[in-house]
Amino acid sequence: MSRETLNARRLLCPLPVIRTQDKVKQLMPGDQLEVIGTDPGLMQDIPTWCRINGHKVLELGSDGHDYIVVLEVGALKQ
Amino acid sequence: MLATKTIMEQGIHVEGINFFTGFCVEGHTHAIRDKEKAKAKRNNSLWVAEQLGIKLHIIDVIDDYKNVLINPKHGYGAYMNPCLDCKIFMVNKAKQWIAENGFDFIITGEVIGQRPMSQRKATLPIVARESGADDLLVRPLCAKNLPPTLPEREGWIDREKLHAITGRSRKPQMEMAEGFGFSDYAQPAGGCCFLTDKNYSAKLVDMWQAHGHKDYQLDDVMLLKVGRHIRPAAHFKLIVARDEGEGRFLQGYKKDFISLFSRSHAGPLVLLDGNPSAEDLYLAASITARYGQGRYMDQVEIMIKGKEDFERMILVKPFAAEDQLQEWYI
Repeated sequence: MSRETLNARRLLCPLPVIRTQDKVKQLMPGDQLEVIGTDPGLMQDIPTWCRINGHKVLELGSDGHDYIVVLEVGALKQ
Repeated sequence: MLATKTIMEQGIHVEGINFFTGFCVEGHTHAIRDKEKAKAKRNNSLWVAEQLGIKLHIIDVIDDYKNVLINPKHGYGAYMNPCLDCKIFMVNKAKQWIAENGFDFIITGEVIGQRPMSQRKATLPIVARESGADDLLVRPLCAKNLPPTLPEREGWIDREKLHAITGRSRKPQMEMAEGFGFSDYAQPAGGCCFLTDKNYSAKLVDMWQAHGHKDYQLDDVMLLKVGRHIRPAAHFKLIVARDEGEGRFLQGYKKDFISLFSRSHAGPLVLLDGNPSAEDLYLAASITARYGQGRYMDQVEIMIKGKEDFERMILVKPFAAEDQLQEWYI
């Protein structure tokens, strides 16, 4: 299992979702991806995208500046 | 949503495709402006996919879309919206996608007569033909008013269970939504593309004129969505943040532009796009002061930062020629 980070700062939704989607295609089930962005929209869009595509959101939060979502790639990978 | 549900009701597996051109409204404005904070930030296509229980593929077509916008074969709509070319482009992309991903045909939610440019009886066949999708393109909401497509002729789908909606009224769709048990859905009647917006289109044309060409980068078209755009001269313009949200967003671009802000009073971040003279910089600083809380003061301190390490503080009198300012608004 690996953990990778995706820098989605300055991108506006749906671009963080698109970059997440593209990155997840390169990962294996069980791998984790930390998405860091500045658009608060990603706090809603990435969890929705995960539910649709069978991935699991492990963490969802903000450090006051960036918004962070950590997801685990599911078996039903796109 | 209704077209998809209609086909899913026949037991057919459907997945969604959402093309991101760079001009899609939802998400961006919600994310940037303070006044939009109270609104839900949902992405409608993701939300619809979840309601329907289908997968959604969001595809970045920003680069390929440039040619559609710059050279639309069928021209523009009321503003810079190349709706018919856009639809042809997207159906063509969908055709490529289904070939690569093992799907059999394409469905869209188009209705004859729904939209004045791209959904007329005369234009629907153009979309099918020029996209190359031909009779692999099914419009479930108005299929009975169109010749049978290959999936209908081959019996992959039952034509009798498709619909015959026409015209601009959304009442039949609303009744259908109620029948399917959808109590919430994206508001109809367009508005999902910045290119259909008069003010945005004016800023786009202004940018093309100022750059001397029509090519653009994603950041160029993103910045047209944010702030007041003021062009005092052909060789430079100002982008003035309208609230804290826009200010935060513009902060991310400070390294790429000359930026100005008041040091003596609260006020907006301003980006300057162009090559200003010293006199232009003074004018820009004066306009920056006009939008801050020092607008009625005799003098305001304005910090000017260049793209590299250059920075300079100057004292200016806030710009007071309101009529002139109105003329400079893009």
